[in-house]
Amino acid sequence: MIRRSSGRAIKDEQSEQRLFKRRAWSGFVLIALLLLVLLSRYVWLQIFAFDSFATRSESNRVSVRPIAPNRGIIYDRRGRIIAENRPAYRLEIVPENVPGKTEGLEALLDAVAGMIELNADHRKSFHQARRNYHVFKSIPVKFNLSEEEVARFVVNRHRFRGADVVPYLARHYPYGELLTHVLGYTGRLDADDIASVDEGNYRGTRTIGKIGIEQFREQDLHGTTGIEKVETNASGRVLNVLERQDAIPGVDLVLSIDVAVQRAAWDALGDRPGAVVAIDPVDGSVIAMVSKPAYDPNAFVHGIGQQAYREILNAPGRPLFNRALKGGYEPGSTLKPFVGLAGLELGLVTPSTRVFSNGEFYIEGYSRPYRDWKDRGHGSVDIKDALEQSVNTYFYQLAMDLGIDRMHQYLSQFGFGEVTGVDASGEGKGILPSRAWKRTAHEEPWYPGETVIAGIGQGFNVVTPIQLANAVAALVNGGQRFEPRLVHATKQAGDERAEPVKAPVAKQVPVENPDNWQVILDGMDRVVNGRRGTAKGISVDAPYRMAGKTGTAQVYQLAEDKDQVDTDVAKHLRDHALFVAFAPVEAPRIAVAVIVEHGGAGSTFASPVARATMDAWLDQEIGWRSQP
Amino acid sequence: MKTMIPAWLGKPRLDPVLLILLVVIMGFGLLVLYSASGQDMAMVKRQAVRLGFGLLVMLGISQVPPRILRIWTPWLYAAGIALLLATWILGVGRGTQRWLDLGVLRFQPSEIMKLAVPMMVAWYLHHRVLPPAWKSVLVTLGILAVPAFLIARQPDLGTALLVAASGIFTLYLAGLRWRVLFGFVGLATAAAPVLWLVMKEYQRNRVRTFLNPEADPLGHGWNIIQSKVAVGSGGLTGKGWLNGTQSNLEFIPERHTDFILAVLSEEFGLVGVTLLLVAYMLLIGRGLYIASVARYTASRLLAGALSLTLFVYVLVNGAMVAGILPVVGVPLPLISYGGTSAVTLLAGFGMMMSIYGHRKFIR
Repeated sequence: MIRRSSGRAIKDEQSEQRLFKRRAWSGFVLIALLLLVLLSRYVWLQIFAFDSFATRSESNRVSVRPIAPNRGIIYDRRGRIIAENRPAYRLEIVPENVPGKTEGLEALLDAVAGMIELNADHRKSFHQARRNYHVFKSIPVKFNLSEEEVARFVVNRHRFRGADVVPYLARHYPYGELLTHVLGYTGRLDADDIASVDEGNYRGTRTIGKIGIEQFREQDLHGTTGIEKVETNASGRVLNVLERQDAIPGVDLVLSIDVAVQRAAWDALGDRPGAVVAIDPVDGSVIAMVSKPAYDPNAFVHGIGQQAYREILNAPGRPLFNRALKGGYEPGSTLKPFVGLAGLELGLVTPSTRVFSNGEFYIEGYSRPYRDWKDRGHGSVDIKDALEQSVNTYFYQLAMDLGIDRMHQYLSQFGFGEVTGVDASGEGKGILPSRAWKRTAHEEPWYPGETVIAGIGQGFNVVTPIQLANAVAALVNGGQRFEPRLVHATKQAGDERAEPVKAPVAKQVPVENPDNWQVILDGMDRVVNGRRGTAKGISVDAPYRMAGKTGTAQVYQLAEDKDQVDTDVAKHLRDHALFVAFAPVEAPRIAVAVIVEHGGAGSTFASPVARATMDAWLDQEIGWRSQP
Repeated sequence: MKTMIPAWLGKPRLDPVLLILLVVIMGFGLLVLYSASGQDMAMVKRQAVRLGFGLLVMLGISQVPPRILRIWTPWLYAAGIALLLATWILGVGRGTQRWLDLGVLRFQPSEIMKLAVPMMVAWYLHHRVLPPAWKSVLVTLGILAVPAFLIARQPDLGTALLVAASGIFTLYLAGLRWRVLFGFVGLATAAAPVLWLVMKEYQRNRVRTFLNPEADPLGHGWNIIQSKVAVGSGGLTGKGWLNGTQSNLEFIPERHTDFILAVLSEEFGLVGVTLLLVAYMLLIGRGLYIASVARYTASRLLAGALSLTLFVYVLVNGAMVAGILPVVGVPLPLISYGGTSAVTLLAGFGMMMSIYGHRKFIR
C-alpha cells in the first residue's frame, strides 16, 4: 500500500508498526500506572480507613430503639380498674425523612390535614418540638386519633413520606372526675420532667405522672425501659431485630380507695364544693378521698389545649384545687373532742366536772362576751353533755385552764399543724396555734381571748380534711395514729399475689387512763344518739351505731390563691359545715371527716354525707344490710 | 472445534484468551448482580440473555473480515451521525434525549458512536502517513468532535468524553507527537471553565458534590459517601457474597448499574477489586497485543483504541465509586446491569477477534 500523501513522505509500514508498538507499550505502562493509582485508593479505603468505614456502615445498619414499658395499672381496693392503658394512635413526623426542608414540612402538614384534622395548636407545638428534637427523631403531632382518621391516613400512607400513624398505649381513667384528686393524671413528658427523672429510663417514654398518685408513685408505675437493636434500611424501615431486652412493666397499684364508697360520698355532696376523707382506723388506709368539684383527668392525658385548660382553671369552685389534701378549714367544734381529752388526760377536769353555761363567757377583767350558740345557755353540763350539745362555755373555760401552749402540745400528738404523711404530694399542714407560732407568723404577742376561741376550734386553727379524719381515726384507735395510705398493695409484673403495703405508725398518743378516752367517745356517741345531740336523727334506720361531732367553720380563706376565694366567698357568706364521725361505735372501722363549703351548721349538710359514706363502706365491709 | 462449525461459516475466529477473560468477568458480574439486585433472579436472567446476545453479536462480527468492516465504516459513521441528529429532533427519555424509540427497539445512538468514531478515525488514518501531519490531525479532530458535541448536548457528558477519548487514543496510537498531545491536555484544562458554563445544573451539582461531599451529606453527597462507606467497610476480604449491608439495605444508590463496583468491593473486599482490575488489565493487554500483530494500519489503530477505551471505562467508573472523580454516568464494563453498553463492548471485542483471526489471511 503505497500512496502519496500531500507531498511529504511515503507510507512506511515497517516504521509505522514499530511506532505503534512503542505507543502501545507506553500506553500499557501508563494504564498500569493509572490502575495502580486507582488500586491504591481502594487500598486506602479498604485497609487504612477500614475501621472508620466499618463503624459507619454498622451505624448505618443498626439502630438502638428504646422500648417503653407499659405503665402499671391501678386498681381500687375491690379490684376495680381505675387507671388503665388503652390502645390509641398518634400522628408522628420524622423531619429528616420529609423531602424539602421547612417548605416540605409545611406541604406535608397541609397534605396530612386532609386526612387528619390539624388545628393551629397542633402545628405550633410541632414546630416548637422540632427545635428540641434531632431531625431523625420522630415528633408527635397529634395524639388520640379517631378510627376514621387512622383509616383515612393508612390508605393514603404512601403520599406522606416522613409521616406515620403509630400505635401507643394511652392512660385512661374509667371513673373520670370521681377519682381525679386521688389518682391525678399523666401528661406529656416535658423538659422540666426529664430533669427530675433518670433520663436513660425515659428514652421511650412520652408521658409522666403529673399529679396525684400518678406523680407520687411515678417510679413504681413507670417500669424499666427495654432496648431493641434493629437493622434498618436506608429509608429507616426496620427489617430485622438483632437483639432485644424486654421492658419491665411498671408495678400495678392497689389503692385502699373503695370506688363504691368514693361514689357514695361524691353523690352525697351533691353540687356543693367540699371534701370527704374516710380512713379505716384499724390500718390507716384511706377508703375515700373526695374533693369537689373536680375535672376529667382524661382531658389531660392527650395534652389539653390552652383554651380548655383556661376554662378548667377559671371554673367556679376551682376544680383543680384538691380540698381534701390542701384545703385549710377552721375546724370549729370538731376540735372539741380533742380539747376535752386534753383536759381529762392532763387532769384539769374529771368526767364529772360540771360547768355552768348561761350563754355568755367572760375572761376576768375583760368585758368582751364569748357566746354559746344557745341564747340562754345550756345550764350545768359535764364533758359528755358539753360534747352532745356542743357547749362552748365548757371549752372556753377548759381552754383557759389549759393555756394555748399546753393545748398546742397535746393536740399536736393527733397530727394537727403538720402533714399526715399520706402517700400523696402537696398536702397542706394546717395551723395549730401557739405563742411561738404567733410570734413567728404574725410577730405579735398572744392574747388571752385567742386562747378562749381556740378552745372551740376557732381563731387561728386551720385543719385539712385528711388531718381531721386521721385525728379521729387515732382518737377511736386508742391513740395509735398511722400515716394514712392510699396505696394498699403493690403487684410486680408476673406476680400472682399483691404485696400489701402497711401504713407506718406516725405517733402513739400516750394514754393516761383509757376511761378518759371512752368518756370522749361516749360524748361523741351522744351527739348522734343522745336526746339533745346536735346530729340527732342522722343514724335513723342505721343497723350499726355511729358517733360523731358537728362543727361550723366561720368562712375562712383557703390556703392558696386568696383573691380568688375572697371574691368567691363574698357572695356566699354562709359558714362551712363540718362533721367528723366514726362507726361502728363498738369496734370502729371507719373514721370520716366531711366539709361542705357554705353548708351552714354541721348537722344540716355535712352529717348526711358522713352517713352515706359509712353506709357504703360498712355494707361491704361487715355486711350489715344482710344482717337482721 | 472445527467439526462443530458449519463449513459455510469458515474457520472460527474466536480468540480463546479474550473469550475466557470475558466469560470470567461477565460471570463474576452476574454473581455480583444477583446480590446487588436484592437476589432478583429474574434480573440476573435478563442480564444473562443480554450478555448472551452480545456474545452472538461478537461471534458474528468476528467472522467478518476487517476489509469488509473497513468498507462499511464511513456508512456506519454517517448513520450514527444521522441517528444522533434524529434524537435531537425525535428523542425520548428521562428529561434527556438519549434514546431513540424505533417501536420495537429502544436504543442509544451514542452507543454506535463508541465504535464508529474509532473505526472512522482508523479508516481515515489508514491512508495517511504516520505520524499524522497537521492536516490529518485536524480532520481527525473534526471526525470525533461532531459526534462528541451531539452526544454532549443530549446531555450525556460521560459518553461524549468516552467517544472523544476513543478518537484521541486512535490519534495517540497513530503516533501523534507527545508535545501536541500534551498541548491538547493543557488546552482541555484551560477549557474547563468554559465547560462549567456549558454544563447543566445537575452536572454542576455533581461536580460540586464531588469537591465537597460532606457539605450536603443527605442530598447530593449521599451517593458518594454511602459508596465510600460500602467500599471501605468491605476491608481486605469483604463481608462475603450476599452479606453486603450497604447494598442489601439499599444505602448504595444505583447499586446494580453505575455503582455495582461498590457492591463488589463491599462483598469481596480488596481481594475482589484487585482480581477484577487484573482481569481487565489482561483484557487490555491482550487487546494491545492483538493490535500490535495486526497487519493493516486501520486494524491496528482500531484494536488499540478499543482496548484503551475499555481502560477509560474501568478507570472512570472505579474512580467515581471510590470518590476520586465526580459522578458521571459511566458503567463498569461487562458488569453493570444494562444491555446496550455490554453489546457495544462485545461488538468491539468481535472486531478485535476478527482482526486477530484474519491476520494471516491478509498477508
